[in-house]
Order: sequence, then C-alpha cells, then structure tokens
Amino acid sequence: MRSTLLTVLQSVLSLALMLVVLLLVTFLIGKAAPIDPVLKVVGDRATPEAYQQALIELGLDQPLHVQFIRYTLHAVQGDLGKSTSTGRAVVADLKQYFPATLELATAGILIGTLVGVPLGMLAAHHHNRWIDQLLRMVCLVGYSVPVFWLGLIGLLVFYAKLGWVAGPGRLDDVYLYTLPSWSNLVLVDAIRAGNMQAARNGVMHLLLPATLLGYFSLAYISRMTRGFFLEELGKEYVMTARIKGASELRVLLQHVMPNVVAPLVTVISLSYAVLLEGAVLTETVFSWPGIGLYITNALFSADVAAVLGGTLLIGICFVLLNTATDLFGHLADPRLRR
Amino acid sequence: MTRDWLLSETPLSAWQAQCGRWYRGWLRTCGSPAMLFGLVVLAVMVLSAIFAPWIAPFDPNAQDINQRLLPPGGANWLGTDQLGRDLLSRVIYGTRPTLLIVTLVAVLSAPLGLLIGISAGYFGGWISVVLMRITDIFMAFPRLVLALALVAVLGPGIVNAVIAIAITAWPPYARIARTETLTSKASDFLQAARVQGLPTSRILWGHVLPLCLPSTVIRVTLDMAGIILTAAGLGFLGLGAQPPLSEWGAMISAGRQFIFDQWWVAVVPGVAILLGSLAFNLVGDGLRDVLDPRHG
Repeated sequence: MRSTLLTVLQSVLSLALMLVVLLLVTFLIGKAAPIDPVLKVVGDRATPEAYQQALIELGLDQPLHVQFIRYTLHAVQGDLGKSTSTGRAVVADLKQYFPATLELATAGILIGTLVGVPLGMLAAHHHNRWIDQLLRMVCLVGYSVPVFWLGLIGLLVFYAKLGWVAGPGRLDDVYLYTLPSWSNLVLVDAIRAGNMQAARNGVMHLLLPATLLGYFSLAYISRMTRGFFLEELGKEYVMTARIKGASELRVLLQHVMPNVVAPLVTVISLSYAVLLEGAVLTETVFSWPGIGLYITNALFSADVAAVLGGTLLIGICFVLLNTATDLFGHLADPRLRR
Repeated sequence: MTRDWLLSETPLSAWQAQCGRWYRGWLRTCGSPAMLFGLVVLAVMVLSAIFAPWIAPFDPNAQDINQRLLPPGGANWLGTDQLGRDLLSRVIYGTRPTLLIVTLVAVLSAPLGLLIGISAGYFGGWISVVLMRITDIFMAFPRLVLALALVAVLGPGIVNAVIAIAITAWPPYARIARTETLTSKASDFLQAARVQGLPTSRILWGHVLPLCLPSTVIRVTLDMAGIILTAAGLGFLGLGAQPPLSEWGAMISAGRQFIFDQWWVAVVPGVAILLGSLAFNLVGDGLRDVLDPRHG
C-alpha cells in the first residue's frame, strides 16, 4: 500500500515537471519567433513612446525568467493570449476545435483496437503461416504510407468514384448550425437532440478519416498483440490448458489474455496519444475543424499565440496519457508493484 | 578457398574474424527477399539523388503550359503536373531533399543520443538520473506537433525542418545506449581495460561505443522511415523544402486540387514516399535479424 502511494506520488511529481518543461519549450519557441509582438499590438506606424508603453504593458521589458513565470501563471489560469487571426482568446478557440479532434481520434482508436487485437491474436495463432506474413505486410505498409496521401486516395476512391462515404468536413452543409452545440461532439449533440438524420450524416463523414487513423494504430496494436501472445503461447500453463482439452479460443481468451492485458492497455493508450497528434495531417486533408486544422491555419497567418496554444494542448494530452499509462502499468502488474 | 577462409571456425586474426562476420551477415541478407528489395530500393534512391541530372529525362523545373496535366504515358512516362513539369524528373530530383533530411537528422541525433545514453549508463548516480529524466521528458513530447511549431516559428525550409526533427528524434537512442552500456558495464573485459589503466575516454570510445552501435543502427534505420514521413508531412503543409525545389510532400500538396480528375499528379509522389519509407523499414527489420543475434 505504501509503495503504491509512493508510485502515485512519483508519477504526479514527474507529471508536474514535464508540464513545466512543456510550458518552457512553448515559451522559448514563442520567444524565438521573429515576429515582434509589440508591433502586432500597436501597428508598425506607432510612435516610439507608444511602442515603449505597449512593451511595458506586455511585460516584455522584464527579464526572461519573470516573463516565463508570468506566462505560466497566465496559462494555469486558462489565458494563452489572443489569436490574431480569429480575434478571440486562444482558449476559447481550443474549446471549440478540440472536441472535433477528440471525436476523430477516439473513433480511430476504437477501430484500431477492435480490429487490431483480434488480428494480432490470429497472427500469433497462425505463427509464420501465410496469414501471419500477410498481416506483417499490411502492418509494414501501415508504418510506411504517408497518412495525408492515403487520405487523398481514400477520398478519390470511396467518395468521388464509389460514393460510399461523405466528403470532407464533419457534416453536410444542410445540417450545419442546425444542432445545438452542447459538447461540440457532432454525434453526441445529434443524438442528444434526437436528430438521427444528422447523426447518420455525421457517421458517414467520420467513417473515412477514422478508418484511416484506425489503420495506422492497427498496424502498431496488432503487431504488439502478436508479440505479447507469441511470448505467452510458448509457456507451460498454455500447454497444460491445451492438454486439458480447452479449445484454442478458450486458451487465447481466458488463459492468455489476462496475462497480456496490462501491456496491451499500455500499447493502446500510447497509440491513442499518437493518434491525437497524427490527426493534425489527417484533418488538413479532410477539412476537419479540429486542433490540427486550427494550428495549420494559424501557421500561415503567423498567429504565434494560436500555434503555441494548440501545441501546448496536444502536448498536455500526450504527457497526461503517458503518465496515466505508466501509472496503470505499475498498478495493474503485481510484479512491478513490490 | 576464400569461402573457407571466411567461414573458418578458428580465425587466425581479428581481421579474418571480422570479415567472416560480415560475410555471414551478407549470406543471411541474401536469404531474405524483403531485405534485398529494401536494399535495392535504397540503392536506386541514392543513385538517383547523385546522378539526377543524367537520369532525369527532363529539366524538373522546365514549365510548359501546353503540356500541363498530361496523363502518364507518351514522352512523359509518369505524366506532367499543373505547370507542365515532368513528374518522373521531379520524383527523381525529389530524392535529394528527402535523403538530405534523413541523413542530416541521423548524423545530428544519433551521436547526441549515444553521448547522453553512454554517459548516463557508464557514470550512473545523479548524472544518470538527470540525463534520463531529460530524456524521458523529451520522449513524452509530441514529435510532429513540436516540429510543426518549431518550423512555424523558425521559418520554413530544409535546415529548420532538420533541426526540428532532430531535436525530437534523439531520446530513443539515449535509452538504447544506456541499456547496452549498463548490461556490459560489469563485464570482465571492461574490468580488464580499467585495470590496465586505460583512460575513461578510451574505454568509452573503444569498448563501450562499439557495443551500442548495432542496436542503435537498427533503430536509426527504422526511424528513418518515420523521418521520411515527417519530412513529407512538413512539405505537404508547405513548411519543408520551398518551391521550385521538387519535394515529394509538397508535390502531393500541389496535386491535391486535381485529385479527382488528374489523380496521377498526387499519386506519383505518394508512391515514391511509400517506397522510400518501406525500404527503410524492410532494411531495418532485416538488419535486426543480421546484426542482433539475441533477436529471433
């Protein structure tokens, strides 16, 4: 019990440290920007006195560490500055855009897990037979293909040629703005409003990008699942179960699964973090109004506050998921708990 | 004769043993068609990059508005893009920025990771704690997004893309190097070297570093596949190599608006990226079998 407490305490401390470094990194990147934040405020025809006044108001006359503390305090209070391209507070923008990314990545990881884990088990069961080799190729291509390109091909084939799925965006234009935005998750909002047509339309839009992201996590998840199962299948308790006459499915699900579930959860949650990040490129291709699109749009209008705000948010998700995964691994595996 | 000399179980010199090891590795490579395929693709890429002006059938930047968006076939084997430039020539020239970025990232990040990992593993104590803490922190950062933010702020271009990717690429090498160093630290031959009075720098350079190299080389090769994708992603967003330089990611981005009617403009460079990245993955997988006897 004491050791568990210690582990939790350690994780919390390291989480805090990581968050501070993350803030430091975004702060320093912002400082390195060749854009003068004072000129952004006063315009380039301001008098030297006005310039000086704005400089002091923004706190830019202070030494760097004071500026950093100020930046951290503001960030903790939910103030990441103002976006110059949307004219709103960055945090308000993030609140609006983030649910779309969350929706996409969650759908992706669901597909990746539900398909990837059984496939990995299948490959382990048919070790070194053709089905294993085939899966290996599918995964290798998954590691090697550029996601934005596959997205374009997907749009070309499944949207333009076959018409199986809906095009870019989260909803058809007809449904836009008809849903009361409660959670900003289209499916949740549509079902809550009882608008089944809109929900179905949302699913059609989500299908292609989510399958695409699912494929990428599938490549990793199924490969790792295969490895975990292969390692266990050679052990003696598996042979015992088989000799007792347990069916292969029973051996895999009831005997082996409990032993690999902890590392498997680790793998899945790490891929979830990667998907949240990988959504950046996918969103550009599918005009999906999430954080990725927000960041890339901000890039081209030199909107530093927005870029750094988005980076910080994805970084925080990443770090949180990593820490939670570590912690789970420690708590779930009695061998690590001592 | 030579074969016997190479495969001899009792090599007479260190040099013979080394040659024999390489020869056995080569034999195993030939037994794996996947790795051979990867090696061939890599060789073609390197040769195209070096001899691009002689191989490419057209000038990659020669525009001809009468020849725009031609389908594959005819004089332009892979078709032409929106400015009438030959796609095959542009794909061939596109190997240059791709290989340049991959090589520079490897040259920058692998030594950095090795240095940090070996120091942490060999010296232990608070040095190890501090260095590995830093490594963990960098490991927990989102790579693409951080690279994106850095390039956005530093300005687009190959050099900045390399810096951004390298900063986020080194932590895995540090971890590998630390593990390898820790496992060999207590071994007898290192004790012997220490007793002989070899300076620490000599021990690290001559004895510890070579032990870390195989697993690092494998990891670097596998990572190169991901680096190609990241670089192409930056190019796709307009943050990598700048026009008129032909870069695969940027070419896909340019072909995006024609995807429904002139699909080849975007498809051709995508296939190039896929092949390049796949080749590094296959070679990395194969190297693991050849170089790392513990595996498999």
